[in-house]
Amino acid sequence: MDVLISLLDGIMVALEPINLGLAILGVVVGLFVGAMPGLGSVNGVAILLPFTFVIQSFTGGATSPMIFLAAIYYGAMYGGAISSITLGIPGASTAVSTTFDGRPMALAGKAHIALVAAALASFIGGTISNIMFTGFAPLLASVALSFGDPEVFALMLMAFATFIGLGGDDIPKTIFSICIGLVLATVGFDIVSGEPRLIFFDITGFTHGIRFLVLAIGVYGIGEMLWTINTNRHGSSMTQVDVSARSIIEAIKEFRHAKRGTLIGSFLGFFVGILPAAGATPGALMAYGVAKLTSKDQASFGKGNINGIAAPEAANNSASTGAMLPMMTLGIPGSPTTAVLLAGMVIWGLQPGPLLFTNQPDFVWPLIGSFYISNVIAVLVNLAFIPVFLWMLRMPFTILAPMIFVLSLVGTFAAYLDMFDVSLMVLVGFAAFFLRILDYPVAPAVLAIVLGPIAEPKLRQSLLFSDGDFTIFLTRPIAGPITVVALILIFLPLIKFIKNKMTTKKET
Amino acid sequence: MTFAKQIFIGLVGVTMMTGMLSSTVAAFEPNKPVEFIIMAGKGGGADKMARLLQAIVEKEKLSSRPLFPTNKSGGSGAEALIAAKNANDPDHTIMVTLNSFFTTPLRQPGLRIDNTEFAPIGRMAEDSFLLWVNKDSGITTFEQYLQVAKADGSKWVMGGTGRAGEDNIITNYLNNEFGLTMKYIPYQGGGEVAKQVAGNQLNSSVNNPSEALGFYESGDLVPLVAFTDERLPLFPDVPTLKELGSDFSYFMQRAVVGAPGMSEDALAYYTDLFTKVYASADWQDYKTKQSLMGEFMSGDQLRAYWDQQNSRHTVILKASGDIK
Amino acid sequence: MRKAEIVTAIILGILSLCIMWKSGEAPAWDPTVARFDNIGLIDGEGPGSGFWPFWLSFIMFICCIWIGINWYRRTSPPSQSDAPFLDSSGKHMLLFVGGGLIGFLLVIYVLGFYGAIPLFLIYYMRFLGNHTWKLTGMISVGMPVFCFFFFDIAMRIVLPKGYLEPLFIPLYEIFL
Repeated sequence: MDVLISLLDGIMVALEPINLGLAILGVVVGLFVGAMPGLGSVNGVAILLPFTFVIQSFTGGATSPMIFLAAIYYGAMYGGAISSITLGIPGASTAVSTTFDGRPMALAGKAHIALVAAALASFIGGTISNIMFTGFAPLLASVALSFGDPEVFALMLMAFATFIGLGGDDIPKTIFSICIGLVLATVGFDIVSGEPRLIFFDITGFTHGIRFLVLAIGVYGIGEMLWTINTNRHGSSMTQVDVSARSIIEAIKEFRHAKRGTLIGSFLGFFVGILPAAGATPGALMAYGVAKLTSKDQASFGKGNINGIAAPEAANNSASTGAMLPMMTLGIPGSPTTAVLLAGMVIWGLQPGPLLFTNQPDFVWPLIGSFYISNVIAVLVNLAFIPVFLWMLRMPFTILAPMIFVLSLVGTFAAYLDMFDVSLMVLVGFAAFFLRILDYPVAPAVLAIVLGPIAEPKLRQSLLFSDGDFTIFLTRPIAGPITVVALILIFLPLIKFIKNKMTTKKET
Repeated sequence: MTFAKQIFIGLVGVTMMTGMLSSTVAAFEPNKPVEFIIMAGKGGGADKMARLLQAIVEKEKLSSRPLFPTNKSGGSGAEALIAAKNANDPDHTIMVTLNSFFTTPLRQPGLRIDNTEFAPIGRMAEDSFLLWVNKDSGITTFEQYLQVAKADGSKWVMGGTGRAGEDNIITNYLNNEFGLTMKYIPYQGGGEVAKQVAGNQLNSSVNNPSEALGFYESGDLVPLVAFTDERLPLFPDVPTLKELGSDFSYFMQRAVVGAPGMSEDALAYYTDLFTKVYASADWQDYKTKQSLMGEFMSGDQLRAYWDQQNSRHTVILKASGDIK
Repeated sequence: MRKAEIVTAIILGILSLCIMWKSGEAPAWDPTVARFDNIGLIDGEGPGSGFWPFWLSFIMFICCIWIGINWYRRTSPPSQSDAPFLDSSGKHMLLFVGGGLIGFLLVIYVLGFYGAIPLFLIYYMRFLGNHTWKLTGMISVGMPVFCFFFFDIAMRIVLPKGYLEPLFIPLYEIFL
């Protein structure tokens, strides 16, 4: 009951004109920043952090600036789906899984359905995680604390298991794609040994590693684009879409088919999100994998199944709210964006930690209240802007393509402020184009580069802890069951496949 | 002294002041945004500080052009050092540094970085280190700690940020000085280390106060000893290692430097800028809350400090076998 | 397509071998450590720094051989296909679109983004897309102006200007 009263008080504060105005402004800024390929929530909050000091000097407390940044975060999570669906370029790692089905739907002329499903799933995911956040924050914080290195590695293993379903039919090419993603992820600096690794030709640009967006924008912005131009010679515009209000309403009705994916995404995303170091990307990926594995119609995933959009979108929004939990209660960021938010809180003079809820109720509850408010604003603003984004798709291809190329290059630079990354991104794009023609699946590589940098250090830190004993992953109470399930998931399809091959061989 | 005379002297003073000010201002002023390189990734201690400095500059309107922060976290600072060294326009390139400013050129000699070539703009603070354990361990004093850690041998696990970095250096010192064989596991960031200790995944850490403060306030983490010269105002009951009889202290520099080749005029401008930032209420407040130490330092004084730190780190890293 | 399949597999196989070689490198500060010392499991510590990249590249190499076997046995779709890897219009596309992209990238190094964006858009829209000069002009002026206000002014992300930098000093004077 106390919680509900505090929450209501918080919502009232969040609805004060200044805070409401900041939330609306933040959501709109975030939506556009997120929709821009290359820029995600982390750029939005990092760049506007200094601006919050101006807000603070007007309003006094830390509440209004934080509401503003949280609104940007929300808006950007919604926006990420927009470039994934309309342009086929995931703007942030969290939105990669959204392209798997979002892009085929857009190409089939159902972009409006995909965008609406993404918006509504995000809303539901955000709301469910807000409720869980409000109700169980302290309890969940202790769950997060009990996750050590072996547990996080086991969880990563689980995420890898969902990969198996993502590749094409060609097994060696799928494994190759996963492995090259994981290998490229090791380029740069090895934290455990403290030494540079795989610095090809001693180029300084490799010392920071091959970043996610270099691969993602290269593969999707350049590679896929070239491939589309090559295969799609007659169509003058990218897709035919209907931009009427009626089509949006139809699309909202269509969303009823996405219930299952949304629910899976909302809960799974939240639990993965609250674990420090995991963040929203594995959450979205696992939600996609689970939605597919439990579906009666597995074959339609990757070809435009609405649940394939709803699950990762619900999950990444849910996980973003979840990631606020370790940030506020443990003082550790679950993602780069929460790292910047954390920096903001400290600069405004707050001390994140287990006592934040008791010591700073005037800050915490209005902020949580604003999550609810921002979520509502975000879904409304998003739905209102969908026709604008759809209109972009109707541009002739010879205008849209060069603009996507320009945005890919500018976006890569804006994300990392390094021309080397831009050149590498173009190179990756050409390589991806050639590999695409030869049926190499590229999505596993893109995801592997996100998971690799989490998985490898966790593996090695765990083994340092256990003196090199691998049984640590099986004997710990939480890590053990997760590892076992992950291993079964990884090997099940392989065994199935070999069985199938054997039987088909006997028949022929 | 007559009233007229006072006015006269005042006027002379003011004209001299404005004359001096305008001469320094006219000599150099940035005419485009200033690149502000951060030697670490987004969200770390250095990043936090850089973004606060940027915000203070904007809020107090201290500079005619904004500072734009660029995170270059690669190679434990190597990427940032090279970027600053090869800057197209050294007059518009400044960098916020940590102790990797000293250790990375030693660990990676192939980079050919001489850190004394950088322009000494200003040291904003020194961060301190404390030894932390979880309250569940029941340890309340450093002597107890030594006993337990010695008994556990290599089963006692210390976590820290990176290999051959600040935390590793202190751990090595403790191992050598007190005959311990603690195991050291490197992590990405200090916040993560503090959380691992709070969650009983690790036995101890040598976090900065700012990284562990949340868990300290909640009582989950207990500080045992400070690696400083004097007791920290925020932790008045925690003894320093010096009080306990070992002559050792270790700090992390938090300084702003200019790219090598920065002109004297530009250096004077930035030193003036960061002197003002240092004096601002926001910075002083932050310094107190985060338990940062050290006075502002610039110019030759800062260069001398760097020379001293360079030779100290050479000795430390050689002793631990991290360099030859 | 059949020829391209095996050529690509061989190139990727060589790439895998190169990464395996590179993974075994000794640390910069201590060249006396033997190559491939770091790829195994170190006693009591678990995997060394080269373990992960070395063995994953090894798997990549095995995959390339596997792809080669599939090619020989003609079991993968590209190895059965007689269609050319890129037909003549595909090559044409790659030359003009791909070449244009590389040109765009190179010009950025000289004239910065704001010089290169209009040139690339004019090249693509007017010469590849046959759009009218009016439309081409509008977009190729509008895009850099939008980028300048969005990135340089609003987001404080300063895009490289190359040799055009002096032209922007007055703009900073006005807008910053």
